[in-house]
Amino acid sequence: MFDFCTDPNALESFSWWSCYLTTGKHINFYISFFVVFALLIVTVPLILIFAFAGALLRQSKILPLRWIGVIYTSMVRGVPDIIFFLFVPIALDQGIEYLRHKAKCSDWTETIRQGNDFVVCQAAKMPVGSSAQWIHETYGFFLAAFAFSIVFGAFAANTIYGALNSVPNAQLETGSAYGMTQRQVFMRIQLPQMWTYALPGLSNLWMILVKATPLLFLLGVEDIVYYAKELGGTKTARFTYPHADWRLGYFIVLLIFYLGLSWVSEKFFDHLTSKVSKGQATLSGSS
Amino acid sequence: MNCWQTLTDYGLRSIGIGERSLPKTDINICDQIVLIGSGMIWNVYFAAIALILGFFAATSLAFARNSSLSLVRIPASVFIFIMRGSPLFIQFFIVYETFVLLPKFGWNLNFGIIEITLETRWLTRAWLGALLVLFLNTTAYSAQIFYGALRSVPLGDIEAGRALGLSERQINKRIIWPTMLRLAWSSYTNEAIFLFHATALVFFSSFPAWQQKGDALYYASYFADKTFNPFVPYPIIAGYFILFTLFIIIIFGLINKKLNRHITKN
Repeated sequence: MFDFCTDPNALESFSWWSCYLTTGKHINFYISFFVVFALLIVTVPLILIFAFAGALLRQSKILPLRWIGVIYTSMVRGVPDIIFFLFVPIALDQGIEYLRHKAKCSDWTETIRQGNDFVVCQAAKMPVGSSAQWIHETYGFFLAAFAFSIVFGAFAANTIYGALNSVPNAQLETGSAYGMTQRQVFMRIQLPQMWTYALPGLSNLWMILVKATPLLFLLGVEDIVYYAKELGGTKTARFTYPHADWRLGYFIVLLIFYLGLSWVSEKFFDHLTSKVSKGQATLSGSS
Repeated sequence: MNCWQTLTDYGLRSIGIGERSLPKTDINICDQIVLIGSGMIWNVYFAAIALILGFFAATSLAFARNSSLSLVRIPASVFIFIMRGSPLFIQFFIVYETFVLLPKFGWNLNFGIIEITLETRWLTRAWLGALLVLFLNTTAYSAQIFYGALRSVPLGDIEAGRALGLSERQINKRIIWPTMLRLAWSSYTNEAIFLFHATALVFFSSFPAWQQKGDALYYASYFADKTFNPFVPYPIIAGYFILFTLFIIIIFGLINKKLNRHITKN
């Protein structure tokens, strides 16, 4: 990075550190913090979509649809999220390749599951084998993001389902009495008022989501945990910047990052809560 | 090999009893169900011990956080903030790295004392190290729940106790403590379920599984790797977790009933 970094062995402590902390790999480490935010930005809209779909299915009047809603929203209560994170990307990957295989290689005669192997034709590989490294990485990231969205969507669906039912029934009846259609009652009365009831649950969920982001590492994404392990590991004298096992130090940096993120989120949600509850006929709204 | 044979061979494999080598070829559904179930012993062990010890630590910590002495209150609040504000996954790494470094320190500081080195070595094993992390984590989360409940114990109840001439100690023991538990219990049930699910993370906590004595997820991912088929082992482990979650809900429901037995029902 700096001009004087050509011979790290000759450097004194301050300049050694300023060189060490600006190596290419460290720059990648700093960039990988944005992967955490990217995941949050990608998943939050998806989570809300899944959540509304789940909540609406659960209060559907058609019985099979309601069952789907109930199963979807209650599955996360019984099964650890980590198992979904492991299962969904592989299942999705194999599912997509299977469908592409059916569509593109209809002349293929061998079976796909050959005992212990999952074999599809070359053209059905996803992403195509010849594509660049970054496409593979992005594809992996989106599979991971999708898995996160499914799990947290189910959590959020529970919250939103509860919040939709917490809007006082008299208000909905008033809407109908004014001649609004079902749709209008939902869009103009139930939906806007739901947020104040949903917010405590959703803010809680946000905290859980933030704390689940290091699990990206398990899905093969090169995130902050990956770099912390890489950079912190013992570097022998063969390396330009030899050092002992510094993983503990790197993980403490991650810990501080997450503590900061939690603290900022908490302040933000406190602010938001006082904002949405303004004018509501609740204890916090009247004060 | 029939299924009964598999059960006797691998039923207690996760704690080192039975056949040594894991099935490598011709893995059938029975192998998977038995071995993953065997791994569940560890998940239940982690959850049960962490929850029982964590319960007592958490209720004390809740009182500490509510204390008027800042010397007691501030450390309790800081501990709760750190454990609740950071991911369990990172906590596992930090604690593991610390424990790995410990023997070096221990060796230098207490040269020749065998007890110290033995103790620090055990800390890097999952049965103690990972358990310690889960215990600290659930203590912090539960303490926050109990603290919230403690703050909402009705003042009238406490005043009634004073009017009856109970000492502060008696009020704490007979009025505040049971009311706190009663108010916190439904949230605490959720925390117990979350903790139980968090035991699945032990597999990734970098605490190694010795001699392939792993938890349920260890065997599930072993089978998923060996068979390239995630559609069998993961639903099996999911089924086990659902079963044990229902078990937690039933037990905590019974306790809840006992805590609420004096409340008149509408």
